[in-house]
Amino acid sequence: MTGLWDQVVDMVAAGRRFAGLMGTQCGDALQLSAHLASAGEISTCELLLPPGATSYPALTPLLGSAFWYERELHDLFGIVPDGHPRLEPLILPGEHSVPRHVLAPGLFTISHGPVRSGVTESIEYLIQTPGEDIPHLNVRVFYKHRGIEKRFEDLAAADGVLLAERVEGVASVAHALAYSHAAERIAGAAEVPWRAALIRVLHAELERLVAHLDVAVRLCDAAGLAAATARFGVHKERLMRLVGQMCGSRFGRGVVVPGGVSAMPMVGAADVLTELGRMERAITADAKAAMGTASFLDRLRNTGPLRPERAAEHGALGPVGKASGYRDDARATRPYDAYPALGLGEPPEHQAGDALARLRVRWDEVRQSFHLLRQAADELADAADGPLRVSCAVESGRAVGWAEAAHGEVLYDLCAQAGQITRCRPRSASFHNLVLFHEVFAGDILTDFPFIEASFGLPVAGVAL
Amino acid sequence: MIPWVLRGLRDGVVTTSWPAGSDPYFDDWRGPVTIVGQGPQDHADLAAICPTGAIADRPGGGVAVDRGRCILCARCVRERPDLFGWSRGAATADLTRAGLVVPEITETSDSLAAVRAALAARTRALRRSVHVRHVDCGSDGSDEQEIAALLNPVYDIARLGMFFTASPRHADVLLATGAGAHGMAEPLRRTYDGMPEPKIVIAVGTDAVSGGLLAGSYATSGGIGAVVPVDLWVPGSPPPPFAILHALLAALGKLPAGREAAGREAESGRP
Repeated sequence: MTGLWDQVVDMVAAGRRFAGLMGTQCGDALQLSAHLASAGEISTCELLLPPGATSYPALTPLLGSAFWYERELHDLFGIVPDGHPRLEPLILPGEHSVPRHVLAPGLFTISHGPVRSGVTESIEYLIQTPGEDIPHLNVRVFYKHRGIEKRFEDLAAADGVLLAERVEGVASVAHALAYSHAAERIAGAAEVPWRAALIRVLHAELERLVAHLDVAVRLCDAAGLAAATARFGVHKERLMRLVGQMCGSRFGRGVVVPGGVSAMPMVGAADVLTELGRMERAITADAKAAMGTASFLDRLRNTGPLRPERAAEHGALGPVGKASGYRDDARATRPYDAYPALGLGEPPEHQAGDALARLRVRWDEVRQSFHLLRQAADELADAADGPLRVSCAVESGRAVGWAEAAHGEVLYDLCAQAGQITRCRPRSASFHNLVLFHEVFAGDILTDFPFIEASFGLPVAGVAL
Repeated sequence: MIPWVLRGLRDGVVTTSWPAGSDPYFDDWRGPVTIVGQGPQDHADLAAICPTGAIADRPGGGVAVDRGRCILCARCVRERPDLFGWSRGAATADLTRAGLVVPEITETSDSLAAVRAALAARTRALRRSVHVRHVDCGSDGSDEQEIAALLNPVYDIARLGMFFTASPRHADVLLATGAGAHGMAEPLRRTYDGMPEPKIVIAVGTDAVSGGLLAGSYATSGGIGAVVPVDLWVPGSPPPPFAILHALLAALGKLPAGREAAGREAESGRP
């Protein structure tokens, strides 16, 4: 047992990123799988616990990033990780009352959620405060638990992509891609046709733009910058309309299917390029203005800092990791679809780790996305006709698939038996990153909270599946 | 650098003129699936097409689609274009759950008028300043984005006297999204109980109406109707901002004459 953990810890020490720990019931026994990401691949270390085992030595004391993963295992499989520091419910709905215990005298708990002000997803932050500072904070995510993993097991492998699109609605395309990549790997399918690969990139990058603009809207709104909030809101609406015109869904649903894409965009490549050109000019100008507004930047600078060592240790994903100098972008390190053939351009180079750096990363990614979108639309206009999907008949097997969402890497661990899904564990970027929320409140006060939350920009739906 | 105030004036008025005027984005919206023909049918096969069981036999022959279960996956439209097609327009909300089934089975126009009159009587006091509270009961997060879009300058619901509020004590309308996760049942009930009378509940999205793909999950109650009484049902996965705006105005009886139609009438006359 400890042999496996030593192996995992050694691999992380050697530079691999801990990408997840998942359980699979195999008859009477529970199989634990640790996923480790490196350039080019995601490898899996597996261990079958003895049948009827009720506990195992915890990984968390050796590797802190397993903290939530082991709590989830405990919730869903009833297995106790011995030595885990805090084994409270994470995924399954539990206590609604505010805990009576606080860390120190003079503190009280503000229970912020699950129904919060504004239009937000349900999550509860238990903020311990003496009045202004936030010395400690706990997150309860279980309110939205929907039983997604079990629901996957009722579906045929070909239908799973429909549910994958609904795991995290704002990252529908990324989830559909990660799921489809896993399914394609099991089926041993041929590479998707070139046009399909380009259409996948188009939709994935448009989704990224929309998500980054959403963060800009929230940050500007938190700062009371009304004109900027309105401007970015309009840009976001226009991009969503473009996506809707291309495929019929404002969230790009129904485009990605295992083996390729379902149809050509209903908007010609030339029209897409024209609209993108206009959008890029408008967004770039407004972004520049926002980054020149001192009262706005003051709220972001040094707010919610994540130390680079912690980001690297945890393997922080997406903009949260990149803003702290930890860059693992699946589009570059484990590229898929049309990404290997397209130029990603300059990667974001930031170290500061505060809310400002996270916003800078997003603007850099917006620039990258437009760069990719232009190339993809150009290529699509010139691409020869042909089928949009290859045959992808999923029989039996197990595979991991991934895609880079706007929030970070999405991972799917998919098992199928005779064309039926037997286990599917989506791992969203939110699940991996949100636990870092505990650690970024050094010196920040209650009014910084909306900025820090918006700068993380993590959808809640993907946390407690 | 141009100051924000000038920057804000750059594009002129971007706000829609709907509902006073018409908006092509509203009218041309690709709505939920509808029945376009009653060709030769093999019902066992038809029901198997739909991943959420929205296709069923119609009593008295033919086939029916429950839009409250439809997740717009387009499978039926692709496989049987002779039977299924898209409806047009964002006026998708309905006053009754059964009214989401097309072609209509149970409702008569008399009973529908009675429901509408009862709702209008309750909401008479709410017309000029309406405060809206949203509760997420296990959505996938997309419904929230579409509701939040109502605040952007394109839809700008403040121009219609509608505002989002944090406190249920100030709220007149409850927008509930999500499949009815068990963890949110208690917070939803407490929010509902905290609202003063009269109050209106709108189920936003196919998940909230029926549970959608998660209808049979151990962790959801198959829509929010199992927890609180629902006045208006808005199908869609997710419904676009215009459909939510239409539902809000329909609930308050604020749709201008000629636009009262909720869903089914809007569709009639169009193929």
